[in-house]
Amino acid sequence: MSKLHIATSINGEPVEFLADPSASMLDALRGPLGLTGTKEGCGTGDCGACSITVDGRLVCACLMLAVESEGHEIGTIEGMAQGDHLHPLQQKFLEMAALQCGICTPGMLMASRALLEKNPDPTEEEVRFGLAGNLCRCTGYDKIVRAVLETAAEMRGAA
Amino acid sequence: MNEMSNKWIGKNTIRPDGADKVTGRAGYAADNTMPGMVWGKVLRSPHAHARIRSIDTSKAEALPGVKAVVTRDDIVEFPLDKSVMLGIQDMRWMCRNVMAREKALFHGHAVAAVAAISEEVAAHACSLIEVDYEVLPHVIEIEDAIKPDAPILHEWNQFEGKPSNIAGTMVLKTGDVEAGFAEADIVVERTFKTRPVHQGYIEPHACTVSYAADGRVTIWSSSQGQFMVRAMTSLLTGIPQSDIRAIPAEIGGGFGGKTIIYLEPVAVMLSKKSGRPVKMVMTREEVQRATGPAPGSLSTVKIGAKKDGTIVAAKGTFYLQAGGLPGSPLRGPVGCSFAQYAIPNILSVGFDVVSNRSKVAAYRAPGAPLGAFATECVLDEIAQALGLDPLEMRLKNTVKAGDKAIYGPTFGAITFKETVESIKHHPHYSAPLDKNPRPGVKRGRGVASGFWYNAGGESSVQVNITEDGNVLVTTGHPDVGGSRASISNVVAELLGVDHARVNVMIGDTQTIGFSNLTGGSRVTFASALVATSATEKVIGDLRQRAAKIWNIDAEAVKWQDGMALPAGDNAGKFPPLSLKELAAKANEMGGPIGTQVQLNTTGADPGFATHCVDVEVDVDLGIVRVLRYTAAQDVGRALHPAYVEGQIQGGVVQGIGWALSEEYLYDAKGRVDNAAFLDYRMPVCSDVPMIEPVMLEIPNPKHPQGVRGVGEAPIVPPLAAIANAVHDALGVRFYELPMSPPKVSARLDAAG
Ligand code: FES
Ligand code: FES
Repeated sequence: MSKLHIATSINGEPVEFLADPSASMLDALRGPLGLTGTKEGCGTGDCGACSITVDGRLVCACLMLAVESEGHEIGTIEGMAQGDHLHPLQQKFLEMAALQCGICTPGMLMASRALLEKNPDPTEEEVRFGLAGNLCRCTGYDKIVRAVLETAAEMRGAA
Repeated sequence: MNEMSNKWIGKNTIRPDGADKVTGRAGYAADNTMPGMVWGKVLRSPHAHARIRSIDTSKAEALPGVKAVVTRDDIVEFPLDKSVMLGIQDMRWMCRNVMAREKALFHGHAVAAVAAISEEVAAHACSLIEVDYEVLPHVIEIEDAIKPDAPILHEWNQFEGKPSNIAGTMVLKTGDVEAGFAEADIVVERTFKTRPVHQGYIEPHACTVSYAADGRVTIWSSSQGQFMVRAMTSLLTGIPQSDIRAIPAEIGGGFGGKTIIYLEPVAVMLSKKSGRPVKMVMTREEVQRATGPAPGSLSTVKIGAKKDGTIVAAKGTFYLQAGGLPGSPLRGPVGCSFAQYAIPNILSVGFDVVSNRSKVAAYRAPGAPLGAFATECVLDEIAQALGLDPLEMRLKNTVKAGDKAIYGPTFGAITFKETVESIKHHPHYSAPLDKNPRPGVKRGRGVASGFWYNAGGESSVQVNITEDGNVLVTTGHPDVGGSRASISNVVAELLGVDHARVNVMIGDTQTIGFSNLTGGSRVTFASALVATSATEKVIGDLRQRAAKIWNIDAEAVKWQDGMALPAGDNAGKFPPLSLKELAAKANEMGGPIGTQVQLNTTGADPGFATHCVDVEVDVDLGIVRVLRYTAAQDVGRALHPAYVEGQIQGGVVQGIGWALSEEYLYDAKGRVDNAAFLDYRMPVCSDVPMIEPVMLEIPNPKHPQGVRGVGEAPIVPPLAAIANAVHDALGVRFYELPMSPPKVSARLDAAG
């Protein structure tokens, strides 16, 4: 199968790459694009470790074809911090120990950011349902939910 | 240490590896690539049980792009009649688990492997390998495997003089159990069943291996111990340990499941044959089919008590499901099930049963949760029959310091009773519970306790002072849950420097002394201990250097707040010398500052936990929801409280999954039917409430900071606590896990 040429934008920068027609966006990110911050936990859309945004919408990169990124805005964990300035969610996850092994963390952060963009003042239940597509086996979710709620409160205060 | 006001110990500092992990920069095993690298893929058995007559790899080898093929002939064979142990692992089973030898013992068992220029080519080549199987009848469940006419997995294995699927036993006893039951006013005996559950780490197994022309091997992999990877790979490939460098990648969860290897020896042989670096990554389906899980169990527990609740005798019989090769964690249920109670007469027996499932691996307090499930449910039933509060009944029987444990040692300064009391006095336990909040919904509350041994063992650490006066600590333990944060707190505290100036790295097998696995709730205990000893040596050295500069005795120099100071007025008047100043002068004044300490650590006293849970049952749908959860645990001392809480919260949620939703489903051919996260149902965020940890900090006197292991005890009580709560809600007792909606509904329908 010959590869296709794709032109897209990743974390605000224009990117061109070649992709197998059958390659997933996750494979493209982790392979030719060298963006390994997006993790693979299942490859079947069940764990959320590969969460990215496409035109601002949360998507499982393992369920999307690389060729579908043509002409769209892709956001990955690598674009979340601005230089050495962490996103408030990243900072709060660190302060509140909302990660243990850290493998689910990039996906959790992407999903949390997407959640807060849609709903800046979520209840605990809304956070729990908002993150229900992201498995974490280490934390029992407690500290993650608290970190998201607390970041939301801080971001509302700052806004 | 405890009277001191701590600056860092006990503080929720930011972990040294934190920024890397929240920005996606941290390097996990699957993130690694190498120039010239090829991909390895494993061919797995399509049968649950089959003799392997022959393997023909010629077509695969001829496929363009294929660089190497390996089979059982490339892995060192350990003959069946002689056991070769590495820790608790028998290499006879390990070599057969990594690559099937005489037989494929479960669906998904590795049979051959290919290295090729891409994953796709490797997978295609696997499909071209011709394996001549003689398909044999299979057996999955314990009850079936121990029947007299069961298909036998290992013909050479004998039990009571006959070929059998019982591959091992373990017996602990104290007193005279029959005489004990004779004295009892009440005796309850029940049989319980639990299903295998997977550790469920989110990161699949992965490695990259490079075999160089000089025969030296480098392995980057995800594991709970780089030294274990080195030793097992050496045994299974015949390459000397000194020629293998195992570099620990960041690990995306393990829970015991990454204390053994699957891919590394295969990748080494593929790399050796192909002359190329080889990368292998399991799919989730491979992880679910061929790695882990914890054993399923069939347990009978009988407990006898006096009217006042005093337990006089206990008997446990535990059949554990080893999977296709022997090795269930018998010491879990056999040793732990009654360990928290002072019972004069105990007989506890375990059986290791093989069947055609993947070989079990350690999972958090291996074997203990399923034993506690049985014991703590029977105790609940006795307390009810006697009209006693279940916590009062436990308080009557708790072990204390000075009591002899059934598994041998005498308990030191333990805090089990306090965990029960703290739950008893917790507002959760006395909070009113509306048992019938809505039509069709019932609520209940349950409690249970648990025990885990904890461990010490080998640990190495280096503490080096950089020329600019910062601190670099290197440990030999992969950091699964934030252990770097605890160690940096300890070293910063002792040195009296800001914790951000202490960086903690994980060394590889070539750069740090031998360190045993991250497991057994041992790493924070052991590494804080060696880090303390190393830091104290460094401080001794710093004091000497200051003494030399001031031309006074080293005894006349004290170390305080990161500075050398003259100790008292008689020592003379000198301005303090900071760590930075001493470090800057280091190379003219005695050379580099740093040391390595390695110890076989002891004194890791056991851990105890008592939990309380409220559940709500939808009677029509059979759905059990956890509404509130409080977990009290004896933690000794929390070096970094948030990560200790995290261990408790994570363990509890895994226990909730075990109790309510997780299980393997098999089809008629013995194949796992739910090898994806969609169907193997681990708890998600919306399935659970906040988990309230109650940390009892009563320092372990055998540790410089009072640390006690914490990672495993929290998964021991939830199974029983939830079953007891469901009973409280429904008046129906479940003897089988998981209490998943179809099972709860079926049971309620049957009960009318
Ligand atoms: S890897 Fe995409 S959802 Fe799990
Ligand atoms: S922190 Fe390990 S899976 Fe979430």
